[in-house]
Order: sequence, then C-alpha cells, then structure tokens
Amino acid sequence: MSRIGVITFPGTLDDVDAARAVRYAGGEPVGLWHDDADLRGVDAVVVPGGFSYGDYLRAGAIAARSPVMGPVVEAGRAGMPVLGICNGFQILCEAGLLPGALVRNHGLRFVCREVGLRVEADTAWTSSFAAGQDIRVPLKSGEGRYVADEATLDALEGEGRVVFRYTEPAPNGALRDIAGISSADGRVVGLMPHPEHAIDALTGPGTDGLGLFTSVLSRITAAA
Amino acid sequence: MARVIVDVLPKAEILDPQGQAVARAMGRLGVDGVADVRQGKHFELEVDDTVDDAALERIAGSLLANPVIEEWVVRRVQ
Repeated sequence: MSRIGVITFPGTLDDVDAARAVRYAGGEPVGLWHDDADLRGVDAVVVPGGFSYGDYLRAGAIAARSPVMGPVVEAGRAGMPVLGICNGFQILCEAGLLPGALVRNHGLRFVCREVGLRVEADTAWTSSFAAGQDIRVPLKSGEGRYVADEATLDALEGEGRVVFRYTEPAPNGALRDIAGISSADGRVVGLMPHPEHAIDALTGPGTDGLGLFTSVLSRITAAA
Repeated sequence: MARVIVDVLPKAEILDPQGQAVARAMGRLGVDGVADVRQGKHFELEVDDTVDDAALERIAGSLLANPVIEEWVVRRVQ
C-alpha cells in the first residue's frame, strides 16, 4: 500500500483530516513531525493546513525552515509528489518549492465558506479529474491572496501550471483568481482551499476533494 | 556586540490592506493630511562581531523578509 506522509508542525490543525483523506483514498498515512530529519520512506507528502508556529513572522515562514522541510524540498525537487494545502501552500512558497506568495485577503476578512474551483491542469494530484472539471471544497483562510510578479504569472499560465482557479471572483483577491499552482513537473502542488475537508458528504460539502488523493495514489502505483 | 535594525515593508506594488485600514482610521481621529500608510515590521538584533554585513543581508533577505512581497533595510545603530 502506498505510504503518504502527513506533516505535523506545532500549530498544524488539519493533519488529522489529511490523514483521513489518504485512508479514504486507499493509502496508508504516515505521520511526520516537524523535527524529523527524514521522510520515513514515504511515497508522497502532504503539508496540511493550520497555523504552524502561530503564523509568527509570516504565515509558513518558520515552518519552511524547520528540519523536516529540508528533505521535503530535496525530494520535491527530485520528483516526489508533494501537496501543500492552505498553510501548507504558504509553507511550500516560503520554502521556494513553488513561486509567488500568499498575503492577507484584500478585504482583511477571514474567508470561511465553500468555493467552486476549476481544475485546469493535469498533475500528479489532479489526474483523476476531467480537464476543466468544476469541484466544490471549503476555503478557510485570512492570508490566501496569491500574488506573484507579472512575469511569473504569465509563465505559470503559459506552462499550464495554474492547477485550480476560483470559478467566481477570488474571495481573497488572489491575482488572476488563482487558487492553486504546481511546479514545472506537475508533481508539487499547492492550493488554498481544503480538499481534505470534502471527502465525505456527512462531514463536508461532498466528495470532490477525494480526487486529489486518489490521483496521487494511482500515480504512485503506476510508477511502481 | 552591535545593535542592528532591520525594517521590512511590503513592496510598493503589493496591496497593503492593513496600511489602508490604518489610514482610514486616522481620518476618524480628526487628523487630516495623512495621504498613505504602509505597515511593516521592525526587528532589533543584538549581534556579536563575527556577524558581518553579508551575514546580516542573508538573515534579512532569506528569513526576516520575503523578497517576493517585501523590501528591507539593514542598519547598524551602534
């Protein structure tokens, strides 16, 4: 069974739901701790949401420089699938695995509601979706406004690395309504909304989010 | 030992909604004439003599500030 690492930093909130999503998709979640020096032989890593290190300095800034992120960055650059959700997306940007940054929402309000996303790219984490499929998942963040310079935004669009786009004007003011992006090889993906909260109709808006986790498991199996 | 100040501000082209909210609140104090406010961070570091300017620049540019969204100034004050 494929083993998916789920990192817990001090202040992480959504590691339990991320591990549950891995289990629902048929994988084995493996807990990783911020102070770990290695990745315990996992096949992929999820960097979950929350408020790591209390959002001190900048959201994700301290976590990006914690011990476990050294091997995550190394593995991510070498092609291991890595998914950053919400604070995890902020951490991947701060760590330099993904370009750009997440800043305070334009209206200064914390946004907590369901959003529609269009899946625009075929990546290690989205191969289960049809091209252009619309999905619904929760968004809950105060610093979710994606920004990057124009050249970076043009490159992301041109290379097909805008993975998720809000289907309405971005509720946080994200440039070009970008909700999630990928690395050049499509194996590292970060997004602000929470697919791990949308895997069971009993506890979320539906099951659309499960597709990210089934995608990576089928990718790992295919590569094995 | 030396004291070093690092000031960090959002880049001019980055929307600063916090600064804008502060500027609007100033108007409600009855103070006119404040055209703009940008909100940033101020760090005071106590460093020993082995920490040279290049090291300070590395600290500022790779940790205290995020070069994607922020600019910074490093000053030795004593």
